[in-house]
Amino acid sequence: MAYDYAPFPYTAPPGLTEAEPRHPAVIVGAGPIGLAMAIDLAQRGVKTVVLDDNNVVSVGSRAICWAKRTLEIFDRLGVGTRMLDKGVTWKVGRLFHGADEVYSFDLLPEDGHKYPAFINLQQYYVEQYLVERAQELGVDLRFLNKVTAHRDHSTHVEIDVETPDGSYTLEAEYYLACEGAGSPTRKRMELPFEGQTFEEHFLIVDVELPQSPFETDDPERWFWFAPPFHKGQSALLHKQPDNIYRIDLQLGPETDPKEEATEEKVIPRIKAIIGDVPFRLDWMSVYKFRCAKLDRFVHGRVVFVGDSAHVVSPFGARGGNGGIQDVDNLGWKLAAVLHGAPEALLETYQEERAHGSAENILNSSRATNFMTPKSPTEAMFRNEVLRLAADHPFARKLINSGRLSQPCSLAGLSLQSGDHPLVGQVVIDAPLGNGWLIEAVQGRFVLLTLGDFVAETDIETLHIAKPDGPLRARYGTDCGYLIRPDGHIAAAFDTADAEAITAAYAKAGGAL
Amino acid sequence: MTLEDNMGAEGDAIYAALMQAHEGLNEAESHSLNARLILMMMNEIGDAERLASLFEAARSFEGSEGPKS
Repeated sequence: MAYDYAPFPYTAPPGLTEAEPRHPAVIVGAGPIGLAMAIDLAQRGVKTVVLDDNNVVSVGSRAICWAKRTLEIFDRLGVGTRMLDKGVTWKVGRLFHGADEVYSFDLLPEDGHKYPAFINLQQYYVEQYLVERAQELGVDLRFLNKVTAHRDHSTHVEIDVETPDGSYTLEAEYYLACEGAGSPTRKRMELPFEGQTFEEHFLIVDVELPQSPFETDDPERWFWFAPPFHKGQSALLHKQPDNIYRIDLQLGPETDPKEEATEEKVIPRIKAIIGDVPFRLDWMSVYKFRCAKLDRFVHGRVVFVGDSAHVVSPFGARGGNGGIQDVDNLGWKLAAVLHGAPEALLETYQEERAHGSAENILNSSRATNFMTPKSPTEAMFRNEVLRLAADHPFARKLINSGRLSQPCSLAGLSLQSGDHPLVGQVVIDAPLGNGWLIEAVQGRFVLLTLGDFVAETDIETLHIAKPDGPLRARYGTDCGYLIRPDGHIAAAFDTADAEAITAAYAKAGGAL
Repeated sequence: MTLEDNMGAEGDAIYAALMQAHEGLNEAESHSLNARLILMMMNEIGDAERLASLFEAARSFEGSEGPKS
């Protein structure tokens, strides 16, 4: 069944009739990133206004792969289980070279985590659930409100907004650009956005199939190098909710995107993959991409978040997932600054997320290079990797159709202390009583103490006297961990030295 | 990485074995074999730093031009 794109209501904003009081933050863009940002800030008591030039969710499924870390962040934002329940959890992946299966692999992670490694869920559902959560929290969502100009006055930003009823001006202490890859704010500010452009065109098609194209009812994920039905290129087939299947086809550089995105061209390609069975064409798009990022994400009172700040290739699902990690990183810091903490804390958003996005760009560029060999020699090495992989596990590890989004480590950056191997990592989930560790520690600073480790500090402490099972295996016992609001471990302790713990807490920004 | 002799008395035998591995192959087959061999040796060495030194040493090698044929 096709998704019902019900428009969100437009109401004339108050600014049209009288000047509005200055808002703490205005979020431009009501995609997954802007909406998650608004929810995060709302949960921290920061009232925001969200402006979007449109009034429907994403048209087409677009970003569909949501990683475990994103689901854990969505859990904190109050929408995690809803996403999980609707989404399709990945189970088996199969990799083909030509017509032959090279190998298959289990996509389910180890036990003892609330969320699986990945789900598939269309961006329109993600946006719908986020909008509904934002409405529940009373976020001021303004659809058909298009930003036409902004002026940074260093203490605040003035924003010109156009609506169906005319124009008005808003003031905000911070302006958060969450507008996606084409960011009009970035263009208006003429900020250089440099990186690598890839020449290949890719076609993505969503089809509704009454019956699974896989030989089982379990959702699988099939990836082909040099598929028999599509000469010399790559192809991907995976399942979304509502019996919608996503097909990604690499078209090569010498294609006319307009001509490719027509039913005459697309339908035979689909039949070559799934056979001559009835299907409904739901959506299609032909695209090219690049890997690029802004030098700085924070420009005075304007902060860039998600694709506005950095873009990657789709291989590895690091766009949407990387953006949600931006939100997770920025939310607690911006709320602290708005509540009086020094502005310097925002500089650590720049430091940490520039690092994270550079890692995402590196991974996605490598995957793209593997998928689009640039010379006969590159093609030959790739071919031998694929041939060896059928027999030799070492070569399987070199096959790169995208390294799936993982949160980066923040070890060694300004807010972290010490060199314990878990420092900088995101907290690893584990069952805890009737719930989960991620439910107990995210959202604010928490000192997790285990076994005989007892610390007398002013920091909110979660003490587990007798850790066992996965918790014990993952964290040990008689030790302590300082966990940041975004789930990253800022410091780890073997001895309950209150002074050292307090110092690490202050360094991590907890005492602000 | 070492570019000093590391094969000792077996050098001639190892070289002969490499030539034998290519025997009877046409150029394309030999190229494929070399690619496979490099990938397998990469895994055998398994050390990113040593491999990076080898890649760099091979790439930047100038040596002598050798006699004109």
